[in-house]
Amino acid sequence: MGVDIGLEFEGDEDEVSTFQEEHERERHRAKISDGDRERRKRGNGRRKRASRAEEWEGESQARPERRERGRRKRTRSDQEAKGSDRDEEVQPKTKSGKSAKTRKHIKNEKTRKMEEEEGEGEERHAKRKKKHGSAKKEEREEDGGKRTAKEKAQEVKRKKHKKVVETSSEPSEEDDNDEEDNEEREVRPESLSSEELEKLKEAVDERKKLIQTLRGKPWPMKKKCVTLRESQEFVEKYEGALGKGKGRKLYAYKVMMNKKWMKFQRDFENFKTACIPWEMKIKEIESHFGSSVASYFIFLRWMYGINMILFCLTFGLVMVPEALMGRPYGTIPRKTVPRPEATSAMDFAVLWDFGGYAQYSVLFYGYYNNQRAIGWLKFRMPLSYFLVGVGTVAYSYMVVIRTMARNANESGVGDDNSFNFNWKTFTSWDYLIGNPEMADNKFASITTSFKEAILEEQESRKDDNIHLTRFLRVLANFLVLCCLAGSGYLIYFVVRRSQKFALDGLDNHTWWERNEVNMVMSLLGMFCPMLFDVISALENYHPRVALQWQLGRIFALFLGNLYTFIIALMDEINLKREEEQIIKFNITMWEASLYNGTVSVNSTAPAITIQPADVPRGPCWETMVGQEFVRLIISDTMTTYITLLIGDFLRAVLVRFLNYCWCWDLEAGFPSYSEFDVSGNVLGLIFNQGMIWMGAFYAPCLPALNVLRLHVSMYLQCWAVMCCNVPQERVFKASGSNNFYMAMLLVILFLSTLPAIYTIVTIPPSFDCGPFSGKKRMFDVIQETLESDFPAWFGKVFSYASNPGLVLPFILLMVLAIYYLQSTSKSYKEANVELKKKLQTQNEENKKKKKLAALKAQMDLEEARKASSQTAKQQKNSNASQQDQESDEEEDHSSSQRLHHGKNGRHAPPPVREQEGQLPATRAPVPRSYQHEHHGAPGYLPGFPRQSEPRMHRVPSLQRH
Amino acid sequence: MGNKQTTFTEEQLEAFQDCTFFTRKEIQRLHGRYRELAPHLVPLDYTNNPDIRVPLTLIVTMPELKENPFRDRIVETFSEDGHGNLSFNDFVDMFSALCETSPRELKTIYAFRIYDFNRDNFICKEDLKMTLNKLTKGELTPEEVSLVCDKSMEEADLDGDSKLSFSDFENMVSKAPDFLSNFHVRI
Repeated sequence: MGVDIGLEFEGDEDEVSTFQEEHERERHRAKISDGDRERRKRGNGRRKRASRAEEWEGESQARPERRERGRRKRTRSDQEAKGSDRDEEVQPKTKSGKSAKTRKHIKNEKTRKMEEEEGEGEERHAKRKKKHGSAKKEEREEDGGKRTAKEKAQEVKRKKHKKVVETSSEPSEEDDNDEEDNEEREVRPESLSSEELEKLKEAVDERKKLIQTLRGKPWPMKKKCVTLRESQEFVEKYEGALGKGKGRKLYAYKVMMNKKWMKFQRDFENFKTACIPWEMKIKEIESHFGSSVASYFIFLRWMYGINMILFCLTFGLVMVPEALMGRPYGTIPRKTVPRPEATSAMDFAVLWDFGGYAQYSVLFYGYYNNQRAIGWLKFRMPLSYFLVGVGTVAYSYMVVIRTMARNANESGVGDDNSFNFNWKTFTSWDYLIGNPEMADNKFASITTSFKEAILEEQESRKDDNIHLTRFLRVLANFLVLCCLAGSGYLIYFVVRRSQKFALDGLDNHTWWERNEVNMVMSLLGMFCPMLFDVISALENYHPRVALQWQLGRIFALFLGNLYTFIIALMDEINLKREEEQIIKFNITMWEASLYNGTVSVNSTAPAITIQPADVPRGPCWETMVGQEFVRLIISDTMTTYITLLIGDFLRAVLVRFLNYCWCWDLEAGFPSYSEFDVSGNVLGLIFNQGMIWMGAFYAPCLPALNVLRLHVSMYLQCWAVMCCNVPQERVFKASGSNNFYMAMLLVILFLSTLPAIYTIVTIPPSFDCGPFSGKKRMFDVIQETLESDFPAWFGKVFSYASNPGLVLPFILLMVLAIYYLQSTSKSYKEANVELKKKLQTQNEENKKKKKLAALKAQMDLEEARKASSQTAKQQKNSNASQQDQESDEEEDHSSSQRLHHGKNGRHAPPPVREQEGQLPATRAPVPRSYQHEHHGAPGYLPGFPRQSEPRMHRVPSLQRH
Repeated sequence: MGNKQTTFTEEQLEAFQDCTFFTRKEIQRLHGRYRELAPHLVPLDYTNNPDIRVPLTLIVTMPELKENPFRDRIVETFSEDGHGNLSFNDFVDMFSALCETSPRELKTIYAFRIYDFNRDNFICKEDLKMTLNKLTKGELTPEEVSLVCDKSMEEADLDGDSKLSFSDFENMVSKAPDFLSNFHVRI
């Protein structure tokens, strides 16, 4: 019934369209409600009245209308009495052959009049008119439009049309044609059944999908453009057709919003890519030096981002609140430069060393007051300080681990070596290379890698002097260990010496003696890697392995140096704390004497006369640690820049210009230009970051300093690379190494948080400086907050939760979970490996099978050739036509079979056997027929001569003779 | 740069963005680069889609392609006539397929076409030899080259017809660790 109603609507759309909105929902429920019937009756009644009205009008005008009516009624199941004369009317009208358009026009006029008669409002009319307009537009579009969309639409129409024909009581050809014409114009979404709608929707969705995936299609641009335009037109045209009535409007709105949203997204994407800093610089470098050098700069940028966030944390939550809301400079002793230092506090040498005013500022731990809440915001300064310290470390862990996981996902594929040569051939060229020298190096490295692979392939490792290499490797490692131990001892020695100098008072010593530690560390960091490089030449490793060893050694060196430094620092902390004890005692004495003295002289206001600068104070060990780290960072940065300028720039300038007047070729010979040392630079960056993490708690300014340093580095190194470096010779894949860097970063992060946490947890804070002064331990601030800032029950809950009885099971549970996850991941990995193995063996088996088949086919081919040449000779003797015919019939049979087999591909042997069983023994020898089949297979061995076919056909008959 | 002349209409830019992996800025830059190659040939105004082709000899002078041993093949693969004359559409198409964001499948298809020197839809030994010679600048001896070819065939040829079909190639490349990182050109 639903279809029926739909058809009715299609017929008298003009009239019913206004009703549609009212009855939309009922109709959708696909039930004939009473309202529906009523409506139909009403419609009929209206039509009757209309027909009466027609009689007043001229005959010619009345006809089309009545015809329309007729069609409408025909489709209806409940035929009324009027039907018969209507049928009479229909025939002449269709013959009159007026264009559908004029008819429609007339009809419009008619219906308008009808409406007026019925006293309906103008509004309805206007609506209809609009609809007509859109229909016409559609029509026009269709005429001018492209084929494909039209075809689809017509398909739908035709289907619908068939239904009309089926349901109509008297199908006549002319009527049919007319109707089709009409329908072309009147195809409206409302008239489509749900099934067709579904289809249309599918088509539209398909187009949409096509538009989205178009960019990934391997077509030429022209085709893409044409397809895009067509699909867009199609979608635009039919998108609105989906949904009905109000739903339709909503749908159109949704579609429009969707479009807008897409556009916005695209713009946003554009904006986002435009916002990535240094993208162009890195691209330029990448195109000159390949992806490995660029990977360093991308790493640098990533590091910059992290430091930016760390900087925001410390700057926004620690430094700015203290500077704005804390007590101003000079109000309390910890915020004042002490009297003896005041004269030199503004000297550049002192400031450069982060002493003087720099030391007593927000840059360092000691400046912060232990006041619980500051300013009108009641900002909890000590708590904030502590939480920022924790948050810095936590955030760093999170970011590093997440990045590592992502990298691991990306590089999870392709760890087997089954396509060694192919990969070398097809994927080893780095398409980014745009620099001739780089290209030359790449050519050379590819050639050597091929030669290596060939050698490996030719002989599976001739190990005649394995003892020598082993000995050399052991020797090299021994030497490296010696170097590491030596450098460690050197640093320890120097630090001890510097402590002695410090005890003597720094002013009595030279600049070198004061900066010995940093200088020695920097120098070691500069020269030891070179030494390692020389030593690694002994080992004769594959370059990639050698590089990893080298990286590992440098890492060990840096780490050793750093830890020696930290151990020395710990010694110093202990010294300071002893000093602090003495001073603490002295201060009480001093205060007592002060009070005693003042009491004896004047008892009114003695405390006011004491300037904060004059108050004796303890050696703030936290500030000292912070200062050490800041100095280390500064000297490290300076060394990096100076090495860059001297080692790269000056060298390049000298080589370039002295080359004109030198006895050998400097550019090609000994000094030549320097390479960009990716691994060394990355390691430097990583260690620098480690120091930041370590020292950030005691010197909140460290992230800021690091941001500055990285910023400058970016520009300086970009410039240096482009102007005075040559691309490196060593092959170093960037893609595989990313996680190697990340792993090192993680190790460093862990190792650098260890000492920081150790000092925070075990050493009591200084008594007169920093946000935690007066507390036993730094983390007491948490407890204090819990007690005073949170409701009592919270503290209770917390204390229960921190009860060992709860914490221990929780830790146990976590350990169990970790163990479980780890074991499952292990089993997955194993399963993965198993599957891979299976796949590989299967592949190999397939390969073997196919090769065998190919070999067999070749043999068969030769045999067949022989046979065919033989038969060619025999053919001259043969004549019996009768038998020939018979055999031909048989051949037909067999050839049809052949075709069948040919489709099955090249796995011919089993079908052959089948055939053998089926056919009489008089058939041609198996190899031949097999052979024939084989080459009959489409697209296989095109070289096989076609003419051999008739000959082969003859074979059976000849055999019969 | 004061009065910017419109090179493309909005629709053109939208269409380019739909068909390629570029942003509008990049497309404009690409047009700049394209025009740089033959300033007398390529008009600034592209709103009416002029049919202009820049020959191969000019295209391969771009620094992005200059050092590439397969530059001629790349350009030929993307040119509509197969001789290496690129219209702007082809030009954009080429860099879109080679850009960083294009998917592995697309790159694989084009890589196959590039390495298929004789365009018979198979990479046969001749193609392999050509590739190798270009890749090593002919520094491998003929024996070495043929050895490598045999080995490569042995590794990747799964159906035993001693040439690599696209599926063989796809299978091989899908497992390659640095195909994606190496097979792209930045512009």
